[in-house]
Amino acid sequence: MNLSELREGQTATVTRVGGEGPFRRRLVEMGFLRGTQIYVEKYAPLKDPIELILKGYHVSLRVEEAADIEVENVKGEGT
Amino acid sequence: MARKSITVALAGNPNSGKSTIFNNLTGARQKIGNWPGVTVEKKEGHLTSKGYHLTIVDLPGTYSLTAYSIEEIVARNFIMDEKPDVVVDIIDASNLERNLYLATQLRELDTKVIFVLNMADVANGRGDKIDGNKLSELLDVPVVFTVGNKNEGTQELIKSIISVVESDRELPRTRRVKYGKDIERAIGEFSEFLRDRTDEKLPYNIRWIAIKLLENDKIVKKRILEVDSQNGEAILREAEQKRGKLRQFFDDEPEIVMTDHRYGFIAGIIKEVWKTVSKSRVDVSRQIDQVLTNRLLGIPIFVFFIWAMFQITFSLGAYPMDWIDSGVGWTSQFTARLLPEGILHDLIVDGIIAGVGSVMIFLPNILILFFCIALFEDTGYMARAAFLMDKVMHLIGLHGKSFIPMLMGFGCNVPAIMATRTLESEKDRVLTILINPLMSCSAKLPVYILLAGTFFGAKAGNAIFSIYALGIVLAIVIGRLFRSTLLRGKIAPFVMELPPYRAPMLRSLLIHMWDRSKIFLRKMGGVILIGSVVVWFLSAFPQEVQFSRNYEMEIARGTAQYEIYISEAEGDLLEELVRKRDKAVSVLEAEMTKEKVERSYMGHLGKMFAPVFAPIGMDWRGSVAVLTGFVAKEIVVSTMGVLYAIGSEEDERSEALKLALKRSGMTPLSAYAMMAFVLIYVPCLATVAVIRRETNSWKWTFFSIFYSTGLAWLVAFIIYQGGSVIGLG
Repeated sequence: MNLSELREGQTATVTRVGGEGPFRRRLVEMGFLRGTQIYVEKYAPLKDPIELILKGYHVSLRVEEAADIEVENVKGEGT
Repeated sequence: MARKSITVALAGNPNSGKSTIFNNLTGARQKIGNWPGVTVEKKEGHLTSKGYHLTIVDLPGTYSLTAYSIEEIVARNFIMDEKPDVVVDIIDASNLERNLYLATQLRELDTKVIFVLNMADVANGRGDKIDGNKLSELLDVPVVFTVGNKNEGTQELIKSIISVVESDRELPRTRRVKYGKDIERAIGEFSEFLRDRTDEKLPYNIRWIAIKLLENDKIVKKRILEVDSQNGEAILREAEQKRGKLRQFFDDEPEIVMTDHRYGFIAGIIKEVWKTVSKSRVDVSRQIDQVLTNRLLGIPIFVFFIWAMFQITFSLGAYPMDWIDSGVGWTSQFTARLLPEGILHDLIVDGIIAGVGSVMIFLPNILILFFCIALFEDTGYMARAAFLMDKVMHLIGLHGKSFIPMLMGFGCNVPAIMATRTLESEKDRVLTILINPLMSCSAKLPVYILLAGTFFGAKAGNAIFSIYALGIVLAIVIGRLFRSTLLRGKIAPFVMELPPYRAPMLRSLLIHMWDRSKIFLRKMGGVILIGSVVVWFLSAFPQEVQFSRNYEMEIARGTAQYEIYISEAEGDLLEELVRKRDKAVSVLEAEMTKEKVERSYMGHLGKMFAPVFAPIGMDWRGSVAVLTGFVAKEIVVSTMGVLYAIGSEEDERSEALKLALKRSGMTPLSAYAMMAFVLIYVPCLATVAVIRRETNSWKWTFFSIFYSTGLAWLVAFIIYQGGSVIGLG
């Protein structure tokens, strides 16, 4: 399952960050590491991008970019 | 005693409060410029303390030093090559883990570092406790606590800077990140390899170079080839081989594994220095966002803020604009009286004062707009605006942050283009700048009102609206076109932090606003001055014109004839006659001015260009008008007034011009083509000057001039010829 499939209010753990070279590295540097918990705070009014909470800060990603992040252990019902 | 100088580089994550600390340290004594060769802003400030002269250089805010973005390259190159005496890393204490990532990278460089834990009060309020002494001990780096927005800790920081510079202690080489057994072995072997091959020729410390080459760092690779072309190839081959082995072993890119290790190292530090008391607390920022980025309310509120920004800018700005206008008028009259009639008089009054005055009038708008933008930025709302609008801007191939500059373009392109400084990606910036003039600025409106009002009657509103829409559609088409050709590349990814909302500080808002406006005043001043003088020269010369009629004699004769009747008349008849006489004189004077302009260089230029403008339905008068419009778009209207020889009586002017336009052979179709042309063609002088300044490139400036004019002609051609073919002409 990947991050863009999560609903608002759900939490999941990163298993793999895909995507291309430098951008992928940037994601990892911003804290998208294997084992990191990510909470889906909300989708923007136009359904893109997504606001996430990880390592205690808020960050936004486009849906297509979030699709590169594989997650597991999804918790919460979501809305 | 001669003062000793210290250079201090300020590093830190975006939103770490770096610029507040910078302002606290230097006050208003700042110099803003660009880093050489790039459009990244460079801020420098000064202060003196204890006999030292400190130069503070504000590095671009970065999350890392990976050479991923231009900001990171600029920041890293400054530290590596300019060798500041000390690097101060501003760390957001309420976001410790991610901020320490940059901190650990700084610790790997050969430079003295001080960590500043900023906004510890926010962290405390959240129930977090950070043990500064422990952090200092663990990383062997001095740690200072500050609260930027309360100006706390500034003196301690200055003290710490001086004592670090004074101390002759060797740079600590221990307590850096350890990358795990396998990578450390690779780093060790590769360092040996480097030491053997290069005999101290390398510019930086060997371990760091080894790490960077294993991470496939493009800048370091380039530097290696530059300093040592002989062994460079072999070194890079060896690095690639080592990378291959590591990749096989970890089943991932070595740089990703190393990033993982850095975060592992950070996690270890966090465990030692960070204690949290309670986790359940009210997150104000998150609650504000429940409203401001709400699914239903987010966009309407955003629209309201933008509307308010425009209202304030243009309605509040109107008052000081009037003052400036009368100030310019007064100066002009005063100077006119002071100087004897002649070329110098005309140059100063009609050229310099009129030209510079017509641009200076935008200063209130610029000040207010930049104040609003600073407010958006400093509170953290700008990131939300980008969050809300990214989907829309994505259509054009742009980042959400481009929305504000694009929207501001409807007011004035000059501050709009200056506002692109909030964009991080160079390509995004250039693209936003290039298509920004397609947002029809307010100075073009008088032209539309005149033409549409004359030829479209009750449908004038629709015609004008369609011109605005045309601009937006073209921006989308051109944006996509440039994105897929000239500025090819992925749209900057949207990993954007949404920082907590913060109460803005008036002082930093004012500094922000003034910095931008200073650029406008200083840089615009020069270019506008020259441009106005050139246009004045073209329309005022040659001075001695062979008129087709002897106007002065005709005026004298006409006046004399009226005088005979006037001397005998009285009462209403007298008034009537005086009015008629004045009108006759003003008609002749207008004819004379018209012929003078027609025979000036500008007139010749207009006639020369007339064949170019003919296919789009414009005669030589139209072409002169659009040529003079290069100085400022409003001038198109006043030039047409001159060329169609309208009298000087204000109240009759606009009606008379409409009549004259209708008689001149213009049709609704050619008027519409001209409106489209005015929408698209070369941006005004002030805008061109700001494009030059903001792109830092003549190439893009000329490109902008030529593409817009070419496009304008093409679109007007399609409208005029296409319209003629289907019988609209």
